[in-house]
Amino acid sequence: MMRLFVAGQAPNSVQAIDNLKAICRQYLDHNYSLEIVDTLQDPFRALTDDVLITPTLVKLSPKPATKVAGNLSQRSAVLLALGIKEKLG
Amino acid sequence: MSRIMNRKTKIAHHPGPRKLPTDMRGFDVLTRGGLPRGRTTLVIGGAGSGKTVFALQTLVSGACRRGEPGIFVAFEENDREIVANAASFGWDLPGLEKRKLFFLNAHLSPAVIQSGTFDLTGMLAILKAKQREMRATWIVFDGLDVLLTLLANPALELQEIYRIRDWLVENKLTGILTAKIGPDMVSQTDYGFMQFMADCVIKLEQRLEDGVSVRRLQILKYRGSEFATGEFPLSIGSLGMEVAMPDTGEHTEVATRERVSAGFDALNIMLGGGVFRGTSTLVTGAPGTAKTTLAAKFAEAACLRGERTLYVSFDEGPATIMRNLTSVGIHLDKIVKSGLLRIYSERTESGGTESHMIRLREAINEHRPRCMVIDPLSAVAKAGGLSAVRSVANRLLNMMKEKKITIVITALVPGEDRAEEPEGFQVSTMADTWIHLSYLVGGGERNRALTIIKSRGTWHSNQVRELILTDAGPLLTDIYSEQGEVLMGTLRWQKEAQEKAKETQRRAHVDHKRRDLKLAEAETNLRMKALQRDLERQRIELVTLSGEEKVHPDVLNKDASKRRRALGVDPRNAERRDTTTHSTSRSSGQGRNASRSAKKGLAEARKGHGK
Repeated sequence: MMRLFVAGQAPNSVQAIDNLKAICRQYLDHNYSLEIVDTLQDPFRALTDDVLITPTLVKLSPKPATKVAGNLSQRSAVLLALGIKEKLG
Repeated sequence: MSRIMNRKTKIAHHPGPRKLPTDMRGFDVLTRGGLPRGRTTLVIGGAGSGKTVFALQTLVSGACRRGEPGIFVAFEENDREIVANAASFGWDLPGLEKRKLFFLNAHLSPAVIQSGTFDLTGMLAILKAKQREMRATWIVFDGLDVLLTLLANPALELQEIYRIRDWLVENKLTGILTAKIGPDMVSQTDYGFMQFMADCVIKLEQRLEDGVSVRRLQILKYRGSEFATGEFPLSIGSLGMEVAMPDTGEHTEVATRERVSAGFDALNIMLGGGVFRGTSTLVTGAPGTAKTTLAAKFAEAACLRGERTLYVSFDEGPATIMRNLTSVGIHLDKIVKSGLLRIYSERTESGGTESHMIRLREAINEHRPRCMVIDPLSAVAKAGGLSAVRSVANRLLNMMKEKKITIVITALVPGEDRAEEPEGFQVSTMADTWIHLSYLVGGGERNRALTIIKSRGTWHSNQVRELILTDAGPLLTDIYSEQGEVLMGTLRWQKEAQEKAKETQRRAHVDHKRRDLKLAEAETNLRMKALQRDLERQRIELVTLSGEEKVHPDVLNKDASKRRRALGVDPRNAERRDTTTHSTSRSSGQGRNASRSAKKGLAEARKGHGK
């Protein structure tokens, strides 16, 4: 289960959504739940999750919870955070 | 001070940016009113230069004193560290947090994995929501450099700095950005750009000067506003940060004619009745010339009047001071116990000049003295050099004037008996009264002498007096100067004895003369009486003589008529005329003789009296 905090249509946020969806398609095969929170619409949600910079991806489960900040363009870092072993090829 | 008071009216007429006061001592004077309202202020400086304290203090005082809520975004330290830091200054952040302050811990946990670039859009959205909720006036971004390093891309850094600035303007927030920038980073692009985009740039610095740590504050720029240029001493004390203010150039104190004792009566007489309340007295002298005794006497006199007094010693501890003063009849222990006198002592080598200044101010605010002693001020030079003494003295004396505290400052002079203050000290020009103590060596003795070099606005003695310390306190005596040589000690005592002997002689001489004169007077009186008797006798004689004349007129007439008949003159006419002429001429001749003899008698009498 993941939560992605974005800021409206900010370029980094749009990229983050695209990058995350690509990763999910490739590695998780619909076996996940993703909630996208727009901090512009719902700023206090971010505060409760202790997220400030956007975009930030929060992996809520399985434990341990991890955070990835940035537009998720560095795939290896995202996979590491999500606990996914990179498929070779 | 009045500049601060006039702030509101000044702003109203000033075309420059509207300002928000920080209430930081000194700072609002330098910036002519505070930080630019609704704009960005950049605070730069090396590690430990006080950037966070500056930002935090501004926020806290805005929240506490002016009811201006603020947001603190911490990139560098986490909020727990900041709360602990603030508590050391007595700022209750958790208490304030409920109503007026909001802390956002933007300290990126190392556990956060970074992947790709990010921006501050989301954070600013959160902050905007928070600002609306609490109606914040201030916002601090503390440690912006930490955030910028994460971006690791100069173009992105610029972009985010721009974003913050636009966001501040848009939301009418007064922002303080702090960034750790050392001198070696001056050439970096973001530094230049940050300077450019901020409306006000403040540089803080901590460095070593003559082996002493000093803090400095400099305003590098203030768009659209006049500001004080140059570096100013900055200090961080137990009540927070303050900037050493230069002389405001305006004097607001009210001159008083009230006199207070300078310590003891003899000195008061020399000063024309004591020193004016709220003035400063400088006592200079070589080691051992009794500067401390004089200062302590002043403090004692103040306490005996029931006035709270602060005795600041940079020399010795309270116990030593009190013990030493007992030997000259000054007993401070009782008045210390009564709480009127507070002895505050400190080693000057410990800490910088500015922290001394802060602790002094704290001691003054705590004890609220009406009179004060600093003994010796020259010791401050040990901590910060002569310029420090000058700066401390200047501010101290201004503060004394403001608070109407009467102060005695002592200063050690290296010279033997020259009326000179330490070179570059320049306190004497600031002090209202200057008393110099010196040693005069003569007749195999070393004696203390006291001179009043100046005393503004009052008559004062121009005489050099000998200062004698007795176990009942100090005494001042006249000294003798003989053929240009000043006599003191034993020589003076000898001279006094001589003078006394001379005086006795003179008295005897006068008595003798008086007796002589009295005798002469009695003698003259006697002679006058004798002459008077002579006079009376002569008068009686005279009267007897004229009586004889009147007895015989017929005899004379007969002779005359016989002669006239022989000449053929009408006897009746001739007889009448003749008689009258004769008798008048005769009597007038007699009268003249009588008066002549009387005059002679008087003259003789006078002569005798004159002898």
